[in-house]
Amino acid sequence: MPGYIIKRILAVIPVMVIVALIVFLILRLTPGDPAAIIAGDTATPDQIAQLRRAMGLDEPIYIQFVQWVGQLLRGDLGTSLLSGTSVNALIADRIWPTLNIALLTIVMSVLIAVPLGTLAAWRHGRLSDHIVMAISVAGFSVPAFVVGYVLIKIFAADLRWLPVQGYKAPTQDFLGFLRHAILPALTLTAAYVALTARMTRASLLNVLGEDYIRTAHAKGVGETKVLLRHGLRNAAVPILTVVGTGFAMLLSGVVVVESVFNIPGIGRLTIDAVMARDYPVIQGMILLTSGIYVFVNLIIDLSYSLFDPRIRY
Amino acid sequence: MKLTHTSRMSGLGSTRSVMRGAGRLLAASALALIATMAHAQDKTVTAVMHSGLRMLDPILSTAHITRDHGYMVYDLLVAVDADGKVQPQMASWEISDDKLVYTFTLRDGLVFHDAAPVTAEDAVASLKRWAARDGAAAFLMAVTDSIAASDDKTVVWTLKEPFPLLLDVVAKQSSVPAFIMPARVAATPADTAITDYVGSGPFVFVESEFQPGVKIVYDRFDAYKPREEAASGLAGGKVVEVDRVEWVSMPDSQTAMSALMNGEIDLIENAQIDLLPILETSPDVTVEVRDPLGYQGFARMNFKHPPFNDARIRKAAMMALGQEQVMATMIGNPDYYWLCGAIFGCGTPLGDETGADSLKAGGDKAKARQMLEEAGYDNTPVVIMQGTDIGAMGSVPVVVAADLREAGFNVDLQSMDWQTLVSRRSSMNPPAEGGWNIFTSFASGVEADTPLVHPILPSTGDTGWFGWAEDPELEAMRAAYLKAGSFDEQKAVAHQIQARVLDNVIFVPLGNYSFVQARSNKLTDMLPTAVPVFWNLKIAD
Repeated sequence: MPGYIIKRILAVIPVMVIVALIVFLILRLTPGDPAAIIAGDTATPDQIAQLRRAMGLDEPIYIQFVQWVGQLLRGDLGTSLLSGTSVNALIADRIWPTLNIALLTIVMSVLIAVPLGTLAAWRHGRLSDHIVMAISVAGFSVPAFVVGYVLIKIFAADLRWLPVQGYKAPTQDFLGFLRHAILPALTLTAAYVALTARMTRASLLNVLGEDYIRTAHAKGVGETKVLLRHGLRNAAVPILTVVGTGFAMLLSGVVVVESVFNIPGIGRLTIDAVMARDYPVIQGMILLTSGIYVFVNLIIDLSYSLFDPRIRY
Repeated sequence: MKLTHTSRMSGLGSTRSVMRGAGRLLAASALALIATMAHAQDKTVTAVMHSGLRMLDPILSTAHITRDHGYMVYDLLVAVDADGKVQPQMASWEISDDKLVYTFTLRDGLVFHDAAPVTAEDAVASLKRWAARDGAAAFLMAVTDSIAASDDKTVVWTLKEPFPLLLDVVAKQSSVPAFIMPARVAATPADTAITDYVGSGPFVFVESEFQPGVKIVYDRFDAYKPREEAASGLAGGKVVEVDRVEWVSMPDSQTAMSALMNGEIDLIENAQIDLLPILETSPDVTVEVRDPLGYQGFARMNFKHPPFNDARIRKAAMMALGQEQVMATMIGNPDYYWLCGAIFGCGTPLGDETGADSLKAGGDKAKARQMLEEAGYDNTPVVIMQGTDIGAMGSVPVVVAADLREAGFNVDLQSMDWQTLVSRRSSMNPPAEGGWNIFTSFASGVEADTPLVHPILPSTGDTGWFGWAEDPELEAMRAAYLKAGSFDEQKAVAHQIQARVLDNVIFVPLGNYSFVQARSNKLTDMLPTAVPVFWNLKIAD
């Protein structure tokens, strides 16, 4: 196992190098000029050119690339062209809201979706199965901003039970965090419940047709035990994959929900940086996102062995 | 279960421990309650501004949000009052009889946020850094012999020749005001962003709570000594009645609206026009126009490339355009827009609508078509750049394109995000090679109300604003304006400039509109200034 982990981590290096190179080149080839954005709309071409020189943006691309790689090797993602803030500090500040809401979303999704999917598989072809599938289709089809606005309308604007927007860190005010995070997490949960419930149902249906399930029934094992111990456990691998990749997707930025609920997360950071052509922040965010995907995939792969003893590394 | 067992086993000692723990918990809760109550008593104004603040150097950037930040943290030597007159702010002044020496004397009690006194050396260093960036200041510096501190409180500005508008330039309110910073900060090269945000203005920037693009916090500067006069415009006593101001950015207008109606925020600086009918239904919210001058939309043509390198074709294009259709599409509600052909704004001292009849009458397509034929237009495509991510402004190029098509232009409307447009408009290449023919934008009334500050007016070819208009006659008029000794002379020159701009189609005014703010009724006494300022205003408990 340790050898496998080291091998996987080492395999990340060429991936990240290729990502870094592609991101750097694509950004430099994309139209847009951070100096013009900083200078403002009424700045003259001379003022913008002066700023571009001062920021080093007029240097040849290969020199800018070498400088950036040099910084990366020191663990420094660079400095935001707009705010002058360190990209490391920006990401460290903005990742927590996204991470906390993603965790809450995943926990809620799993708690709701796995029982629903199990129920649908167990009652396959019956009314409860159809109801669960209808809910899944609805959850998947309704855009997040619509769900968000409806929740705001009901729980914040009309009932005034919860705030419309904002974020509180759980370390400072846990109840405040829950009050602010519950609506965005519910908004995201709608789609993830749909995805996870469908995957649970499909995977479980597959497993329930296996010989060992029939054997368990033949041995007189109870329905619930067959379903949960023999069925659900063996169906867990694809469910884990969906949950894991869903978590990575949430971390890589849930822009719409962060915008609708005014959450200062990394999704908004990325969009703002793209709109302002803040190259170091975009580069840092894409590298981070790539790293998150690789890391989450590694964790998912390793966790397979917990549920399926046949998988060994 | 395990905990219960252990507790029983530990007996009396454990009970004491529990009591001590409970006591500590109670004390902590009481402290937390006191802290919460103290916080609740703080008078905090939470405002959603027109844009997120990222850039903190108000000299380096012309962005309005950075300028607004500047007014919170810094102060000016002289400032413009509600009537547009220059008034003393940090300093009073005297002018020598030959009009060549301006002596500014700092008032008593001025200190920076780090408690250091404001000195004339600070003012001199700040003025020099500002003058290295600002367009209007460049005119002034061309006739400046020296700016020097003669003692701790006196700045002496010596000119080579009289410059009647010196005070107007130093007091200009937008887009790059002459903010005074400590000399050590002002020593930063003018093309490099400052990293020390100490000012002497009425609010202190709380750097530890700054989240670029998300949130910025200002605390009241208790050592700030306001002038004794009542606040007027950007001049007078900047008396701060609140403890703290927080600017938060909300990318979603509907969320901002709900948050205001829910009492979570106190002000939306620029409410989305189509949400105003909902906001107006709230008994707790007031919808109002704070800045009567508003903004002017305009179309700029590229003078370097066909077909608009021909003044006759520029005139034909202007004849095709009408302000009503542009404003009706962009704003919709006539309460918040007005037709105005004056390049210096309608209702301003220099406002004059000469030459704008067809624009205000909705344009004349038949006449435009005829003018186009007479000019020998060869169907050269007209590339119009459309920014799609700038809200209602994104609709303006669509209307312009429709008007031009109707007049016989071969229009190629190209959509892009605003930052791509901003980058592409600096390209001097032909339109087919990454250049352009027309883009539309807008200018704030207060930074376009005189020939001195108007950003689009300079017509010096390649060194001018994007579009690179070259018009020596107009430049001569601008120079004459700078030397005009009286208001009547200035007005006469401004009239000539108005006529020249529309005759040579330096740009096309497309109508004026307001930013509409929505505020909680808890906020009162907000000053009706173009720049949103947070002194003077009060917030009810």
